[in-house]
Amino acid sequence: MSFSIRKSLHPGLNLGEDHGDDRLEAETSVFGFWVFMMSDLVTFGMFFAVFATTMPLACCPGPKELFDLGSVAWQTAFLLASSLTSGMAILTLKQEHASRSASTKKLVFWLLVTVLLGCGFLYREISDFIAMAAAGGPPTRSGYLSALWSLVGLHGLHVTGGLIWCLVIVAGIVVRGVDHRWKLTLLRWAVFWHFLDVVWIAIFSFVFLGGLL
Amino acid sequence: MLDAIFGRLTWDSIILVQAVEQPNINTFITAGAAAMMPVGGVMIVALLTWMKWWKPLFEWLTSVDHKKIGTMYIIFAVIMLFRGVVEGMLMRANQAVGLNGGFLSSDHFNQLFTTHGTNMIFFVAMPFLFGLINIIVPLQIGARDVAFPRLNQISLGLTAAGGFLFMISLMVGEFSTGGWTGYPSFTGRLVNPGVGPDYYILAIAISGIGSTLTGVNFSVTIYKLRTAGMSFMRMPLFTWTALCTSILLIFAMPPLTACCAMLGLDRFLGFHFFTNDMGGNLMNFINLFWMFGHPEVYILILPAFGVMSEISSTFSGKRLYGYTSIVAATMCIAVLSFTVWLHHFFTMGQSATVNAAFGVATMLIAIPTGVKIYDWLATLWGGRIRFTAPMIYLCGFFVLFTIGGLSGVVLASPTLDYQLHNSQFLVAHFHNVIIPGVLFGILAGIHIWFPKIYGFRLMEGLSRITAFLWAIGFILAFMPLYQTGLMGMTRRTVAYEDPALVPWMIVSGIGALILGCAFLSILLTIFVSVLNRKKLMVPIGDPWDGRSLEWATPAPTPEWNFAVLPKVDCRDAFTDAKAKGTAYQPIEKYEDIEMPANTYYGFIIMIMASGLGFGLVWHMWWLAIASLLGAIATAITYAFLPQKQYIIPAAEVREIDEAWRRSAREGRGITRDDEGNEANQGLARPDNITNP
Repeated sequence: MSFSIRKSLHPGLNLGEDHGDDRLEAETSVFGFWVFMMSDLVTFGMFFAVFATTMPLACCPGPKELFDLGSVAWQTAFLLASSLTSGMAILTLKQEHASRSASTKKLVFWLLVTVLLGCGFLYREISDFIAMAAAGGPPTRSGYLSALWSLVGLHGLHVTGGLIWCLVIVAGIVVRGVDHRWKLTLLRWAVFWHFLDVVWIAIFSFVFLGGLL
Repeated sequence: MLDAIFGRLTWDSIILVQAVEQPNINTFITAGAAAMMPVGGVMIVALLTWMKWWKPLFEWLTSVDHKKIGTMYIIFAVIMLFRGVVEGMLMRANQAVGLNGGFLSSDHFNQLFTTHGTNMIFFVAMPFLFGLINIIVPLQIGARDVAFPRLNQISLGLTAAGGFLFMISLMVGEFSTGGWTGYPSFTGRLVNPGVGPDYYILAIAISGIGSTLTGVNFSVTIYKLRTAGMSFMRMPLFTWTALCTSILLIFAMPPLTACCAMLGLDRFLGFHFFTNDMGGNLMNFINLFWMFGHPEVYILILPAFGVMSEISSTFSGKRLYGYTSIVAATMCIAVLSFTVWLHHFFTMGQSATVNAAFGVATMLIAIPTGVKIYDWLATLWGGRIRFTAPMIYLCGFFVLFTIGGLSGVVLASPTLDYQLHNSQFLVAHFHNVIIPGVLFGILAGIHIWFPKIYGFRLMEGLSRITAFLWAIGFILAFMPLYQTGLMGMTRRTVAYEDPALVPWMIVSGIGALILGCAFLSILLTIFVSVLNRKKLMVPIGDPWDGRSLEWATPAPTPEWNFAVLPKVDCRDAFTDAKAKGTAYQPIEKYEDIEMPANTYYGFIIMIMASGLGFGLVWHMWWLAIASLLGAIATAITYAFLPQKQYIIPAAEVREIDEAWRRSAREGRGITRDDEGNEANQGLARPDNITNP
């Protein structure tokens, strides 16, 4: 097949020439996932828009009583750090896995660190949800709380999905090695994971900081 | 214990039981419809067993071939169209005798207009168009399949799961009574705690996710899989409109998913998104729904415009007039479609300035649409026009769709809309754009592309009768509603008290009867054509002197579409090749072709999605959870299973392809005079007229 190198480039981190045929299919596969992410971004946009139209009611606790900015800062730190380590995983993939026989240890290490950080994020987020419910702010109290819980919860659900996906990939490369398909899956997962970071930054600034300022 | 297993499903939920316990005309009608499903099911099972068709059936259900998936979409849509037409006829019959109350109860009537709308939009129009897009787009861009064949199968599975939930509501429980738009708080838990709105939410959300994935799949297919030389400005118009529709799907389906999810959270978990109290705001639902709902209108109409473009150039034997302007107009419509959603609720209390802005944006859409109509008319000018079924649809479209578009401009004026909104005038307007626009496009598209996939043409005479029946039925059924709307009759009315409306309603009822005949006429056309298929064969594959790549293949098209991927260096590539005499030249070198193997992925996802939906509707939590976990486990399992391919050896491809090319070179072909005759073997000979 005579693909020029330029033609096989796609949005996101490219594997490079050394990977031979592996990178050719990536153009379609990763591009398709970017398109899907755009669609998902619109879904988040809708939840943001609905959140923006609601206001805390006098009956129930508002941002000042419910938000623990320290905990949210920890969540941010966990998620941003996990994005960095997921980037390290993809760099490892690009630099060390052009040949199929390369050791998977380093790659698996970075992926597991990412999972660990992701779990840290989820732990703190769930603790915050429990604390909010205990402080009289469950989602059934008001429209504002419904919008808040579902926006943040939708992101949390995405993170959970991303973690399960990452573990499946780890299992896959341990069982089958870093073959063509797992490479593509990793590239798509990386897009997903960075996307969740971007959404979280919006949630952090718009929901938490915006609510307290 | 039983509650844990069956949730809120009880013996009385089953419609047939209701008919026995409370016998009246309403329960009899629903029970009759409900009985059709088990009876039909038993008949289908018997037929499959009798004809030994089980194995072929599963070969179809597990296929990832875009042509087979497209066909399944269309079969699904035809079945649903049957239900939709019957519901429409029932409503028109009820209104024809509806002075001081018809024969239907108001609750039954409410369910009818809800199911009719939901069905026609989500389970008829969209699957029809997805079917056409699936079948034709890869052929038109010179590809062997779509970008993600297995995802394509999953999209079909999700659409079918939505359809399953929709159909099962006919047998067990009830459907929503809130209209196809399902506004809360009427569909909220407080007002409507039953299963109806749950069926509605889950059916459209599940099929909506399938539609999103279809949009992703086809945008990537068109961006990435075009054959060598097929630049954007060389793509056939149908592919262009499919691209615009895919982009609209990507951006317009998420608002629907979001508003369904929020309404679901309100109903299932007691959230306050759209409730009347505790800071809920139902306007959020209405805004989200129409942010989806308005682009949806263009998701439906754009591919129909694409078909009309193909008809106007192919059936007048001319290059499309103003190609660039039609492409620009299509893109304009796609962009503008996101800026007009508020015109669906001018009367809900925004300021006059906001209404004016959206009114002007709405009227703007008439401009690119008008550009297209003039381009198609100009294409016909001086061409070698054949007044066959597709041309009848096109002419019907010119006249009737333009009227519908103009009534849309009337509705776009907020001042007039205050008078007309929620009246029969609106019902007349949207049927006037959807039937002569979308449906005519679909039926014409099926007529012209049918021989491509199945190898034989549809009977020309019967197709013409069908086309006229649709046009006349439409005019009689819906033109009177403009008048009754202006007389003040509201939409969704089960009974009325003004005797002056009666004649109009009777005319409209007669029109509905003719539309029913038009539907039967479609089935009859297909049935008779299948019986006469020997006489209608077009093995060379080019029965209409086509212009784009899909006609450069045999009919029926082999599973690999193109033995060797074609190269393109101009618009209307196939017409160009025929003019140069290179269309059927022998090919030197054939290569092995790798095709994706059949898989059960989509089929399993369909079952899981149906189980999830049904479990949630009836609060059978074990079923919902098991289905959800099952779907996740399926996805993980398939990530580990090898993606099977199968190889078609070059020798086999060579044998079939060379035989086809040889018979095309040796054949004499027919001029357009013989297009409808038995002489038409799918090989075109130039007419003795000069193209202007």
